[in-house]
Amino acid sequence: MREFRYGRATGVAEAVALHAGNPEARFLGGGTNLVDLMKSGVESPELLIDVRGLPLDRIEVAGDGSLRIGATVTNSDLAAHPEVRRRYPALAQAVLAGASGQLRNMATVGGNLLQRTRCGYFYDTIQPCNKRRPGSGCPAVTGEHRNHAILGWSEHCVATHPSDMGVALAAFDAVVSVHTADGPAQLPLPDFYLPVGDTPHRETALPPGALITGVTLPPAPVAARSRYRKVRERASYAFANASIAAALDIRDGVVREVRLAFGAVASRPWRAGTAERTLTGGPATAEAFAAAADAELAAARPLTHNEYKVPLVRNLVVAMLTELAEEAAR
Amino acid sequence: MTAPSLAPGRTGVVGTARTRLEGRAKVTGAARYAGEVPFAELAHGWVATSSVARGRIRSIDTEAVLAMPGVLAVLHHGNAPRLRPGVGLFGPDATLQVLQDDRVPHVGWPVALVVAETPEQARAAAEALVVTYDEEPHDVAFSADHPGVYTPEARPPAPPDVERGDVDAELAGSAVVVDEEYTTPEEYQSPMEPHAAVARWENGRLEAIDSNQGSYAIAQYIAQLFFLDAASVRVTSEHVGGAFGAKGVRPHLVFAVMAATMLDRPVRVVLTRRQMFTMCGLRTPTAQRIRLGADADGRLRAVDHESVSYSSAIQEFVEQSTRPTRVLYATDALRARTRLVRLDVPTPTFMRAPGWAPGSYALESAMDELAERTGLDPITLRLRNEPAVAPASGLPFSSRNLAACFEEGARRFGWPDRDPRPGVRRDGRWLVGTGVAASAHAAMTAPSTATATAEADGTFTVRIAAADIGTGARTALHQIAVDALAAPPEAVRVRIADSDFGPAQFAGGSMGTASWGWAITEAAAALRERLALADEIPADGITVRADTSELVRARQPVERHGFGAQFAEVAVDPASGEVRVRRLLGVFAVGRVVNPLTARSQLVGGMIMGLSMALHEEGVRDTASGSLVNGDLAGYHVASNADVPPIEADWVDDPDTHNPTGIKGLGEIGIVGTAAAVANAVWHATGTRQRHLPIRLDRTLTR
Amino acid sequence: METNSSAISLRVNGETHALTVDNRTTLLDALREHLDLTGTKKGCDHGQCGACTVLLDGRRATACLQLAAAADGRTVTTIEGMADGDRLHPVQQAFLDFDGYQCGYCTPGQICSAIGVIEEHAAGWPSAVTADVRPEAGPPPLDADEIRERMSGNLCRCGAYVSIVRAVAEAAAQVAAGREAAGGQGSGAGGTRVTA
Repeated sequence: MREFRYGRATGVAEAVALHAGNPEARFLGGGTNLVDLMKSGVESPELLIDVRGLPLDRIEVAGDGSLRIGATVTNSDLAAHPEVRRRYPALAQAVLAGASGQLRNMATVGGNLLQRTRCGYFYDTIQPCNKRRPGSGCPAVTGEHRNHAILGWSEHCVATHPSDMGVALAAFDAVVSVHTADGPAQLPLPDFYLPVGDTPHRETALPPGALITGVTLPPAPVAARSRYRKVRERASYAFANASIAAALDIRDGVVREVRLAFGAVASRPWRAGTAERTLTGGPATAEAFAAAADAELAAARPLTHNEYKVPLVRNLVVAMLTELAEEAAR
Repeated sequence: MTAPSLAPGRTGVVGTARTRLEGRAKVTGAARYAGEVPFAELAHGWVATSSVARGRIRSIDTEAVLAMPGVLAVLHHGNAPRLRPGVGLFGPDATLQVLQDDRVPHVGWPVALVVAETPEQARAAAEALVVTYDEEPHDVAFSADHPGVYTPEARPPAPPDVERGDVDAELAGSAVVVDEEYTTPEEYQSPMEPHAAVARWENGRLEAIDSNQGSYAIAQYIAQLFFLDAASVRVTSEHVGGAFGAKGVRPHLVFAVMAATMLDRPVRVVLTRRQMFTMCGLRTPTAQRIRLGADADGRLRAVDHESVSYSSAIQEFVEQSTRPTRVLYATDALRARTRLVRLDVPTPTFMRAPGWAPGSYALESAMDELAERTGLDPITLRLRNEPAVAPASGLPFSSRNLAACFEEGARRFGWPDRDPRPGVRRDGRWLVGTGVAASAHAAMTAPSTATATAEADGTFTVRIAAADIGTGARTALHQIAVDALAAPPEAVRVRIADSDFGPAQFAGGSMGTASWGWAITEAAAALRERLALADEIPADGITVRADTSELVRARQPVERHGFGAQFAEVAVDPASGEVRVRRLLGVFAVGRVVNPLTARSQLVGGMIMGLSMALHEEGVRDTASGSLVNGDLAGYHVASNADVPPIEADWVDDPDTHNPTGIKGLGEIGIVGTAAAVANAVWHATGTRQRHLPIRLDRTLTR
Repeated sequence: METNSSAISLRVNGETHALTVDNRTTLLDALREHLDLTGTKKGCDHGQCGACTVLLDGRRATACLQLAAAADGRTVTTIEGMADGDRLHPVQQAFLDFDGYQCGYCTPGQICSAIGVIEEHAAGWPSAVTADVRPEAGPPPLDADEIRERMSGNLCRCGAYVSIVRAVAEAAAQVAAGREAAGGQGSGAGGTRVTA
């Protein structure tokens, strides 16, 4: 780890001003990912701007019923918040499925969105990696990729996004609030994460030096009946092999509204729009759930070691939606 | 003063549950491990490692790094002290010949040590050090049919090949034959405490505090390696944060000694977690073919076990995975073969129950398959093949009692009610099954020395260069000493882990407590004899030394082993592939148990490592670069708390009259058999055999 | 922020320390190397094992990922600060009695974590194994499954988990009883001390 300067920002505008024009500056939140990356030699900032103390640590219900979550709210506080647990239970579950109690006490919402991939080649600085050293190549595509992407990847990068929280946020149409040098701006989550293409090192649409100030969840009654499930190689304290956030509203056996998002299958939390469209207005049966999953996964391009993720996600979709449908019927 | 009166006979302390002597220090944070002792003028060393799998160092740019803040020295093959070649703890050890030449045998091989005033400075400089290489083609791809497979040279305790009877003829004549290949992956000991050492010269003596499994042998070795007088080196290791085979001599200690010698100030070297994955050994992957031939009634006619494993280009280490096969079952014909292939990989070493753990997975899985094919209950099958003598050597057992373990375990686990059909029990989304496997481990004893001192104040001090790597050895030895001295527990202190206490067995091979306990018993007996004749105890006490070398050598040749039966219940969700162990039971025959509290912890701990081996552990090596792609604790999964169900471990009476202490050792047997019991239970739950570890979700998932 | 070091103040186990630290220094290294509080262990240095768990402003945290400079002004409780003089914290005593450790290296982190778990549970926080996270469902009982999940951020390679779960359950019951005796004000054995 090379030497760096450290400073604390007292306001959002000040933080952004401190960052302006310095590509080697980084905002420091909980540090659970950034400090790890610095120790691993993946990140080597010249200046850290500590934003943990900014007044962005609140969760509020806005007048229109949406939920505003400040960027420095810790994962623990997010998951423990009564409004989150009541209105978006899958979000609380997703957060609780991530990392460990210690890390959730430190990690922030803003930092969670910006987590880097857990690809072993990305973390091992002796390896080529297009994310870390653009143009150096992606050894994972032909190497070890058992836990890599099946959707939306390119030959330049097959890494996945590791966030659990982000999967629930994707299902619930989260909008990311940012503060740029030009002032505040809003980025819906689908626009926040960029497609991999041939620029896997550019992961988000966040302008240089911009600060995430919060996330807004629009009101979504369907989310009150939602669930998150994570499948991993250890019962706890492990990244997902696949995860799924699902919400379902059924009336008279017909799907009125459904939300589906997948984790650990793509470079970003994967909103399963095709599956949602396939299901909406149709019967809430296991066959329909499977057909919807197949429709979504038709775009999957599995590699040698991760082909299992296709049936895994399909099985999870059927199991989760069946569970939610049975619950609704009770 | 007058000699204390010594009550004749034993105190009864051995065999009773005692909390650890160092317990309070451990739960308050007061216990200091090797890297935690402060020194004035302490400098910090940081290791730089190779980024290529094979080749030669072309250049090391030390100049830029020496100009960095706080940097004191950069040691490399061009300036490091010369080491004596051809020495080692268990024969010549090339893995410790660091910074001696420009050769790079694997990714992560140490190529330099940067020493600086602070750890941050040392780390930054080591990371900034530019090393260039002339790379050569490498090969890290392990398989049983690798063209380089060969028969390694014979070394104790097991020769590579054993053949009794005509295996091929018996197989041909068998009514039922099982012929399957089982594989286990790279596994890493991963003790929680990273390897750490601090070395310094004090009054002409090299003093090192090191995290290791045996200070005496390591002090001897360091003396040889650095051309020093054996008496001028002292190594201590009061507290050791786990070892599992990975803490013999490792490069961190060699580096600390090199740097302390060159700089003439105390130097501490601590390995990073990632470096532990390349510098501290591992359990080699294995590919094992097992052929079992049996009559229709399950009586074994042939057992053929071939195990292939790997070692590094610089060192031959042999994983003796056929060892369980040599002692577990009676058979008309037996063949065991151990093969090796040399690759451009880090050198494997001992890992908890070396050979026994991977070997038992293969053998005990195959036995379950034989039970299925003969329609026999797996326990019935095993009991039907109980041997009168060891099948490979023909020697009698010192004691065995495996049948008693199965019988007691079956009763407690509820085995008699088991429905043998696979894939028929459901609990919600889970398929449920149970499995069983046998455990076995060698119960050896090695020479050790101990001293016992009667102090002038009426107390006793026992000194032995034992190591407590978490086993509870310190407490167990105290109990043994109390018993042997027939003294009140509070009047006896036991001091361990100091090379100055003289030769003593390593904490390894499940031999520690038996070997050290014997030496302490002898020393205590000798002291009692002396005290019986003494009128007074002088101010500096009366000290006697015991050495069990002759006693150990004089022992009869018999097969000495601990045995056990392990039972597992698992649940498998076929939709997600998730496997959860719901309960484990192990019943063992392990001789005399000194401390039931810590013994149970050892056995349960071994079973948890076995569960971890069954479900989680797998080093994944990238063939293109030769590097491990999951060389950290986020990628290399060891069982977490949530993976571990209620586990019971207990033991049956197992008097071993061939052993004066009656102790067999139980640090390793807990891991032997667990993986097979879990794999067999997964088959019972799902109907699908698991012939490759770990039992990952992509291996159980319904597609 | 013009230099690569920071002058900070840390309140550790009730005592305030003024330090100047390299900005690269983690809280873990500040405790171990600057304050000689080596009870907090370094198992992986990357937040992957939990051995470095301390209470930071009363909540458990991995000290290895916390930069010391960024901990300026904060309150830290380490394993050395858990006992009340000679009287062990109920969690420490339970670890000792139930043999909830072997080599002892993960133990300080396990104990600090357990103390945090008991507080988090008392605050009504759900976990990943809580069947129903909605506030209406009420807090889950701190049963073995909840303890296992909540303690999973602390790896133990010796495999002391079974005893750890027993120890945490026993200590949690004691802490709860202490709270009740003190009028439910959170002033039981584990209550006030962790934020002191």
